[in-house]
Amino acid sequence: MIQFDNVSKRYPGGHEGLSGTSFRLESGEMAFLTGHSGAGKSTLLKLIGLLERASRGQVWVNERNLNKLKARDIPYHRREVGMIFQDHRLLHDRTVFDNIALPLVVAGVGHQETQRKVRAALDKVGLLNKEKVYPMMLSGGEQQRVGIARAVVTRPPVILADEPTGNLDPELSREIMELFMQFNQVGVTLLIATHDIALIDTLGQRTLVLKQGKMVGDRPA
Amino acid sequence: MSARNGRGPAFKRNFSPRTWLIRHAQVMLASLGRLTRLPLATFMTAAVIGIAIALPGAMNTLVNNIRTLSGAWDSSASLSLFLKPQLDEAGGQALADRIGTWPEVGTIRVIGRGEALAEFRRLSGFGEALDLLGENPLPVVLLLQPSLSAGGPDAAAALADRLGKLPEVELAQLDLQWVRRLHAITRTAERGIWVLAGLLSMAVLLIIGNTIRLEINNRRPEIEITKLVGATNAFIRRPFLYDGLWYGLMGGAIAWLLIGLSVLLLQGPVAELAGLYDSRFELSGLSFRGSLAILLGSGLLGLIGAWLAVGRHLAAIEPA
Repeated sequence: MIQFDNVSKRYPGGHEGLSGTSFRLESGEMAFLTGHSGAGKSTLLKLIGLLERASRGQVWVNERNLNKLKARDIPYHRREVGMIFQDHRLLHDRTVFDNIALPLVVAGVGHQETQRKVRAALDKVGLLNKEKVYPMMLSGGEQQRVGIARAVVTRPPVILADEPTGNLDPELSREIMELFMQFNQVGVTLLIATHDIALIDTLGQRTLVLKQGKMVGDRPA
Repeated sequence: MSARNGRGPAFKRNFSPRTWLIRHAQVMLASLGRLTRLPLATFMTAAVIGIAIALPGAMNTLVNNIRTLSGAWDSSASLSLFLKPQLDEAGGQALADRIGTWPEVGTIRVIGRGEALAEFRRLSGFGEALDLLGENPLPVVLLLQPSLSAGGPDAAAALADRLGKLPEVELAQLDLQWVRRLHAITRTAERGIWVLAGLLSMAVLLIIGNTIRLEINNRRPEIEITKLVGATNAFIRRPFLYDGLWYGLMGGAIAWLLIGLSVLLLQGPVAELAGLYDSRFELSGLSFRGSLAILLGSGLLGLIGAWLAVGRHLAAIEPA
């Protein structure tokens, strides 16, 4: 569950990333977040992952008011929110396996369970034969799938994706989106920022539209 | 949504001591592995730390040696007991036998009036004047040395005081001035070493702090990504703390080697010098406890230095 109540984010220097945004995403719901660059999509996702704090208003994620979350609780909050980025944010000096295992290692999961869960995640994104490879040796689409595997390996209730298909061709983009829809079918809440309107129009999901930091559209599924 | 007055459900913190310990062992070894993959850079940092620690360590070893030496000199600070003039040599011998049983008294020698006169004649140049006196004006003298266990110039002074009160004794004389001076010098040197050790410890903290700061900067992307997937600050801090610990321990080992080597190099000439003074003094190196103190102290400094650097710089790195 994700809920924004009249949320504003003002950056140092006066730029307003979000102004008075409200919306609610039910548990197990999936939605796309669209808008031009600079409309506030990334800011909105960062507020959910607590990469930023709201300047005004209330942000609720997984029944918790993030405004009231203490700094020492942030890591535990992030373990419940899988994040996927356009630039993948992989560690290039570690194998695909180690990259995907990172959230489990961080959470103190045992060795055997880690092995099992990483393999399951690799299987889900179709990279089972690439676990010993380094990310640089993979194509852009494959790297993105490593990023996705890392985000889902701990089975978080919420997954955020910021332009996950930004650098991919339409074919690969569609595959990635279908992967997200599979996650949604097992009850994960997903919010995906993208400006690939053509693609999301064909997927028939709820779509939120941001414009200059304001929520200007909410098209139901 | 109102659970725990708006704070929501508590987070799962599946802490298991076993995984925690395994994780620590992994990080400790990974840190060592990372350091040994860059042997030259690691060695240079460790060597700087080693030299900084070897300096006060070596000086402390030196002062310890001087203390052993001055301890030997304390006891050689002899006491001269000038007996009452009416006592003859037999009386002096009787007194010597009695005092000789005291635990504070080591060796004791009776110098007869004739012997004293002969010595005085020889050394003073007043020989002819003595002849005029007709009779020997010198008293019997007991030359005694405090026992080794009595220790320290104060104990020797107390002994002199006690002996001076004996009815047979006219005067108990103790020349302690130079022993006291030596003690004062050793104490000053000791204090100086503490000051030096303090300053150089700060240098070690700065060296390690700076090394760790650079390492943090190099691994900035990794830190950001690890925080992104939910790493606690403790998790991020850990490898850097182990880095600091290893640097400290390696520096300590280098300091230990440097001190050992210096002692080894000095041992020959010092033995030769001591031989010229009819002494069997031998330069001793670091004791087991001293070695342990250097190694652990250095390791601790490394840990503290890393802690300070990590505390300052890690908080500034947040994923964006």
